[in-house]
Amino acid sequence: MSRGVGIALLLAGAVVVLMTAPLIGPVSLPLAAIADPFGSDPSSRILWQVRVPRVVAAFLGGAGLAVGGAVFQAIFRNPLATPYILGVAAGASFGVAIVARIGIGVVILGLGLQSWSALAGALLAVAVVWVVTKLRPDAATSTLLLAGVSLNFFFSSLILFLQYTASFADAYRVLRWLMGGLGGVDASSVIQMAPFVLVGMLVIFGFGRELDLLATGSELASSRGVAVARTRTTLFIATSVMVGGVVAACGPVGFVGMMSPHICRLLLGSGHRLLLPMSAVFGGAFLVLCDVAARTIIAPAELPVGVITAFLGAPFFLWLLLRK
Amino acid sequence: MAVTGDRPRLETRDLRVRLGETDVLNGVDLEVGAGELLAVIGPNGAGKSTLLRSLDGLQLSHGGEVEVDGRPVSGYRRRELAQVISFVPQTDVAADGYTVRAFVEMGRYPHLAAWSALTAGDRRAVDEALELTETDHLAARFMTTLSGGERQRVWIAAALAQGGTILLLDEPTSFLDYRHQVQVLDLLNRLHCEVGYTVVAVTHDLNGLVADADTVLGLVDGRVEFSGPPEELFDAAILSRVFGNEFVLVAGGRHGLPLVMPARNGS
Repeated sequence: MSRGVGIALLLAGAVVVLMTAPLIGPVSLPLAAIADPFGSDPSSRILWQVRVPRVVAAFLGGAGLAVGGAVFQAIFRNPLATPYILGVAAGASFGVAIVARIGIGVVILGLGLQSWSALAGALLAVAVVWVVTKLRPDAATSTLLLAGVSLNFFFSSLILFLQYTASFADAYRVLRWLMGGLGGVDASSVIQMAPFVLVGMLVIFGFGRELDLLATGSELASSRGVAVARTRTTLFIATSVMVGGVVAACGPVGFVGMMSPHICRLLLGSGHRLLLPMSAVFGGAFLVLCDVAARTIIAPAELPVGVITAFLGAPFFLWLLLRK
Repeated sequence: MAVTGDRPRLETRDLRVRLGETDVLNGVDLEVGAGELLAVIGPNGAGKSTLLRSLDGLQLSHGGEVEVDGRPVSGYRRRELAQVISFVPQTDVAADGYTVRAFVEMGRYPHLAAWSALTAGDRRAVDEALELTETDHLAARFMTTLSGGERQRVWIAAALAQGGTILLLDEPTSFLDYRHQVQVLDLLNRLHCEVGYTVVAVTHDLNGLVADADTVLGLVDGRVEFSGPPEELFDAAILSRVFGNEFVLVAGGRHGLPLVMPARNGS
């Protein structure tokens, strides 16, 4: 398959998913609701105030996680390295769990404390990985991976501790949130998440060439003229801002970040100036699709979307890896 | 033999490098003139690759000087240095998912601003590099599908596309079969003699790359054990001092030099 066909297929698929997803759900809506965004009848309110924001949130979230995955896979030169695996999502989750445990809801600069706390947790996790790269500049990427994975376990144990000492209701709420889900997402969560995701992506998309070179080795990148330390730091910060924003809104949704860039790489090659935006499109559409499944499979009840991503994604991914 | 310019393009004075607790380079002095081919030889662990990486500012020294065109290497910005020096590492990295052309285009990085596309000049530099290394017919292939010899030539092409006139190569002919060794040696010879590149190559290929060199630097335990032209190096006593093994010399090498080979017990 040529690259042009791959791009066209991905874009067309994403458009179809985005157009149809808001129309699917436990309540079937008349098509007339589309024409009436500000209408007061139930179907146009369900469509425009519940489902459309939710689809937009899922798309932004999936896109952010996929781009974050692509960045980490390039920097660490390992297809398993994603913010999720390396503890960034766990750090953000820890931030959210603390706020949930303490139980205070404060709004700062228009964003809930939960968002800021998730962001702080993500930045903390990235800071630890960054310090490891600073202290051991010549460390093998496997060392960085191990450091990140231990960090993931560390934050996970802190979350377990918070849960164990919490009341039954609080513990369940945190557990439910950790599964990832878009059930509570509305227009305001989209507005909270969008700046993080869009700013992060804008910064990252400017580093396509640097990511190509980093993916072939940091020393080679350096000899070709990349300011490696500064580039890495910038990318780490941009990624944690983006992932922190997503996790605050959707919870730590796994698998999208690892799978999306990998599939796009198989279809389109490794050039990051194309790979990054296409991973965003794929990851976004994929999470929208998973969310549709999450809210229809046992309708009118909902499944956490994190349950679906790997359930749908893993078999497909395995098939893709074993093909030819 | 290339004409050597007045001022050295690369120079180290008393260069010292320590990795952890180990002194890898213990005061290395070298000078490479414009258009010169310097071969760096020595046993494994002598500090050859470290020296090469120091010349490109990839390895921090803890003493002494490294100068590129008369300026300390640490005073260059990475992008600026990349326009002067191109480094060809040992190419065991496969660069999955990139075509040959895309990979060579990455060499243009120091000339490109963020968000900008390649200019006509960039494309011309890439085309020239592909032609010079006789890899233009491979341009659409993926890097992972290349043979070892093709890959080595493509890595050199990417280095040439970078646009500098100093080439540093780390064991460019190791792990290649004989035909590909000869192709890479011929290419380096052409770049050095006809195009005028200044070349520093770490190598174990005494009869090939070292015989073609203007100057040879023999490193042992991070010190310069030998420095001089190949005709002086090709001496049983000097070779055994550098490599810690006896050597046999017979007539018939390149440029009227003898052929050298390590002596084995019982031979």
